[in-house]
Amino acid sequence: MTVANPAKPAVRRPLVKPDRTVWLVLFFVVTSILLLVSHETDVMKNLGALGDVLRNKVVEALVVSLFLANVLFAYLWKAANWAKLLVGIGSLLFVLPLAGQADTSLLDLSIQIMIFAALALGLNIVVGLAGLLDLGYVAFFAVGAYTWSIFGSPRFSEVLKYYGANAGSTGSGTLVIGLVLTAVAAGSMLYIRGMHGRVAPTTLSNLSFLLAGFGLLSGIILVGRSILVLASGSAEALANGINPGFFWLFLALSVMTAALVGVLIGLPVLKLKGDYLAIITLGLGEVIRVLANNLGLYTAGSQGITPIASASVPWFNSLAGALGFRPEQYYLLFLYVLVLIVIAVILLVNVRLDNSRIGRAWIAIRDDEIAAQAMGVPLMQTKLIAFATGASFAGVMGMIFAAKQTFISPESFNLLQSITVLSMVVLGGMGSFSGVILGAAVVTLLNLRILPGLGEASANVSWIPQEVNPANFNRFIFGSILVAMMLLRPEGLLPNARRTRELHHEDDQEDESADGNASGLKAGGDVYSAGLATTKEDDKTGGDR
Amino acid sequence: MKKTALSLSVLAALALGTASAQTTIKIASISPLSGGQSNLGTQIRNGVQLAVNEYAAQFKKAGFNLQLVPYDDQADPATGTAAARKIAADNQILAVVGTLNSGVAIPASAALAPSNLVMVSPANTANQVTDRGLANMNRIVARDDSQGPAGANFITDTLKAKKVYVLNDKTAYGEGLAGEVEKALKAKGVTISGNEGTEEKSDFSSIVAKIKLTKPDAIYFGGIYNQIGVFIKQLRGAGIDTPVVGGDGLDSSELPVIIGKAGANNVYYTTVAAPLEALPAAKTFAANFQKTFNTPAQGFGAFGYDAAKVTLQGILDAARANGGKAPSRKQVLDTIRKGTYKGLLSGEVSFNSVGDRKAATLYVIKLTDGKAALETSLAVKPPKN
Amino acid sequence: MELSVLLPFIVNVIIGGLVLGFVYAIIALGYTMVYGVLQLINFAHSEVFITGAVVGFEVFRILQNSAMNGYLKLLIALVAAMIVSGLLNVLIERLAYRPLRGAPRLVPLITAIGVSLILQDTLRFLEGLQGRFDLTYTLPTGFADKFCATTSSCAPLGNFLRTIGVDVQLKDVILVIVALVSLGLLNYVVNRTRLGKAIRAVSQDRVTAGLMGIDSNLMISATFLIGGALGGVSGVLFGMKFGTINAYSGFDPGIIAFTAAVLGGIGSIPGAVLGGLLLGVIQNLIGVTNIFGNLLGLANLGTIDASYSKIGPFIVLVLILIFKPTGLLGKSNVEKV
Repeated sequence: MTVANPAKPAVRRPLVKPDRTVWLVLFFVVTSILLLVSHETDVMKNLGALGDVLRNKVVEALVVSLFLANVLFAYLWKAANWAKLLVGIGSLLFVLPLAGQADTSLLDLSIQIMIFAALALGLNIVVGLAGLLDLGYVAFFAVGAYTWSIFGSPRFSEVLKYYGANAGSTGSGTLVIGLVLTAVAAGSMLYIRGMHGRVAPTTLSNLSFLLAGFGLLSGIILVGRSILVLASGSAEALANGINPGFFWLFLALSVMTAALVGVLIGLPVLKLKGDYLAIITLGLGEVIRVLANNLGLYTAGSQGITPIASASVPWFNSLAGALGFRPEQYYLLFLYVLVLIVIAVILLVNVRLDNSRIGRAWIAIRDDEIAAQAMGVPLMQTKLIAFATGASFAGVMGMIFAAKQTFISPESFNLLQSITVLSMVVLGGMGSFSGVILGAAVVTLLNLRILPGLGEASANVSWIPQEVNPANFNRFIFGSILVAMMLLRPEGLLPNARRTRELHHEDDQEDESADGNASGLKAGGDVYSAGLATTKEDDKTGGDR
Repeated sequence: MKKTALSLSVLAALALGTASAQTTIKIASISPLSGGQSNLGTQIRNGVQLAVNEYAAQFKKAGFNLQLVPYDDQADPATGTAAARKIAADNQILAVVGTLNSGVAIPASAALAPSNLVMVSPANTANQVTDRGLANMNRIVARDDSQGPAGANFITDTLKAKKVYVLNDKTAYGEGLAGEVEKALKAKGVTISGNEGTEEKSDFSSIVAKIKLTKPDAIYFGGIYNQIGVFIKQLRGAGIDTPVVGGDGLDSSELPVIIGKAGANNVYYTTVAAPLEALPAAKTFAANFQKTFNTPAQGFGAFGYDAAKVTLQGILDAARANGGKAPSRKQVLDTIRKGTYKGLLSGEVSFNSVGDRKAATLYVIKLTDGKAALETSLAVKPPKN
Repeated sequence: MELSVLLPFIVNVIIGGLVLGFVYAIIALGYTMVYGVLQLINFAHSEVFITGAVVGFEVFRILQNSAMNGYLKLLIALVAAMIVSGLLNVLIERLAYRPLRGAPRLVPLITAIGVSLILQDTLRFLEGLQGRFDLTYTLPTGFADKFCATTSSCAPLGNFLRTIGVDVQLKDVILVIVALVSLGLLNYVVNRTRLGKAIRAVSQDRVTAGLMGIDSNLMISATFLIGGALGGVSGVLFGMKFGTINAYSGFDPGIIAFTAAVLGGIGSIPGAVLGGLLLGVIQNLIGVTNIFGNLLGLANLGTIDASYSKIGPFIVLVLILIFKPTGLLGKSNVEKV
């Protein structure tokens, strides 16, 4: 896009923000006390009416939300760095775990928020930065979840048992053949590619490339099958899944598998544009879910996989025990810390990418594909990287989700989840990292805390009929919030500065991202027809000539 | 959380001031109250509510103020788990009735287990639900591997079928049940002329065509009535009168309405809930349900009602054993697992070591011209007691 | 298996697919028309469509004991559904999409999803007030009978169909006729009237159309009215064909119908019809692949059964879009910088 008037000041906020260090610390202290007190029943009894109010489920949900807002304010407000650091670390590393000790659901909630935040960050790269509308994003989440679940649960020994019982003629000979085939096929593919670099590809060379690709695939399948058959002897030993120590390895593996699936899905479809891409990703997302539902041997189908192991870190457990956590909370606390670290890494990757060549290439593609291509941005490669990066975030979080739930089944990965993540991105502010995290937090809080809180509070109020209990209308409420937000604040809660400029420019006439066919004058319909065309004469003008 | 619920509820009562001198005891329900399965989840919630209304007077007499807190799991495992953890944190809640989907029950019960919070399931038939051996997980309905073989026996013994087409709805419930039926049928040497799952809710023409082609003697469909009803309607519309057998997901007065009166013949289902005419209590229940909620009771309403009655009776018993004071969660959990409960819509309930019913009667209901009538009843036992 | 058994089998499967395809086609038209003028995936269309089905249910329910002719009841149901769904669609456009004209494309898309969620819960709530969730059509007598079973004049045709083993119910024939009539009417309106010309002009280039004196807002409203009315028709047809619906049952067919619209080339009216019919047939054919798998001795095809029919349309879509990125009948427009 071309900014018609670059000199126009883009920042709408006042240039000098008041220093709110005191307010920030005060807010932190007050909400922390509220949060901790509302989970201490001993203290509550001495508070009389105040305790009564705090125990109200709606109030409780509000307290949790306000407390989490600490982090937001620490990010937004102008305050001394020590205060920001204090509030950030204090609330995430001290107060929240402490409150989670009394109320495990807080840990669950925070993990869920951060899982969705990571998903939103990943989708933000695909949709917000690269402008590729992906409606099947949850597929990558599923891939990550199943990658670990199959191995970290009794499922793997079932698979091994099956291959042991149905070995056929597969044996170590097959392994050798498979390895040779893989090597030869991969070698010829490389050779043909190298040749294509020098001479123009012909039909024959294209076909042989395809053939070699097929050979590679069969080689890999043969190798995989023979390894499974050869390992089938250890099925008994793996009755409870592989050693949880492999968790760390799988953290990397789930990232890679999801990225690989991202590339595989992306290759055929990424040359499509806009809504064609949207519907095809939606479809492929469903394909992954249906495959998970149908490939019963590996995924246990609709029955789901359980129990799924989590990493066992003895020193962490003893530390948590020393801090007064109960044994059943250890793994949640561990996952909480892990998810904090992962999201910090993801955020770092995001920020680095945004300022890098590839980040600028994404934005260039989003704003104008053809112009970007003309400037030398390799379209396919750049889009694939976006897809793979987004997918990898989802993959790692899928694995953590599986470990948190200890149970997964295909119903967790339906289309509604993809749509929810997309709405988090748009609600928070596309292209803005802090925005999408906020979007994820708001939607998750609403879904898991505020609406159930409303439901609890109104469950036994005689004048509220249960038919209109707000807890049963989550779709209605969520839908209304989406519509209202889009109408009142289309740029999102914490918009990206660039986006805001796009949405609030009166002079800037050109914005291709706004409308497809009628390129050029974006607000055309509103500007021209209403003012210039007379409704009465409409038929005549548009009619026969 | 180690403190007993008693002291907490006393504190709560103190905090409330003198307005209410009674201790509040809550039970929670987890079921989908919104979304495409909300009809089933609302039935469960309503069934529980009805039981709570009936027991409120007894609780009042014992000095307790009884309340139900319904939770919506949106049929989503993560939402259900979050609800379970929230329930665990509310010390006034002594027991949970739920859920509709095994996919939610498994992680939710695991989340409730550490706080000794008992869960009585009105609907989950998947074997895994109790096979994990959790102390807090119990269920009213028959497991897949006892309901499935019972259905298979009925197909071979009463219907004398030699060739059966097995269908399922690709959910944990339908697929698990149909899988057990298929296993049992195969063991009896019955030919399986087709076995497939379908998520389709409206168009079954390809499956109907296949059934027409393979001409089975009977069809087993594991799933819920509002899908199977549409299927049967199309099956009968294509002129196929083959008997259709299903599990307790078909236990609904809506089923003959969906199929239409003309086609609602030769349809059978197995359920633990006694048919209306077999039990006077069932009639009273149906009438009360209709009066209270302005909607007829379905199978899940009855199961929810039974599960809640077991739960509430268990809490009362535990309170009595505790000298009239509010019992702890652990006490409730132990009492429910050990107790025997009579006079329920599904007969006498007592649980074995993993929370399955020690013995249950499965009623086979037959639809004739849209009227449900008892065909036969089968005694079932879980594989291990 | 002999051909004499297999032939009627495959004919039945294809007929079933075509009937389903007509429903998809009419739903797809609603998507494609709105897309044509606004370049917006109107996610709320699946609920506009199911609203039509609910209205049809209510009409048939209220009239169930009247002695009125069955076809008249159907006509009333269709007209009522067209009016309600059409106006609902216009209302949605006016309140939720018009203020967002010119915003980035994702913004109205999210709004559409929001509207869709709102409508689902609202419909459920409204029917729930009367203690209903699953809504089962009370069709006039005879609609569910076999085609030409009793009427003497067409008995030969009916007998012929039965001898070769083809099942067609009267309601299937009615469905196809209503669908064809609606397609004919739509074709007339879009291609032969001034209104249609104006709509086409707006969908080609809103700005230039405005310069030519066409009130594009009015035309967009008209498009939503027509699209919504088609949604109403398809809702009644859907309810009549399958018998039972609920507030959430629009979502799945809606997605498939949108896929059909994209397959045919989004924005193209004949494309939507072609895509709908194609997907209906393909969905059914995939559902019976295992029969042929066993027949041909390809054991692996034997695992492809009805559990895969839901994703069949998407696989077909991927395959077709790889070779024709703008769909079967879509026009590729050259993009300029």
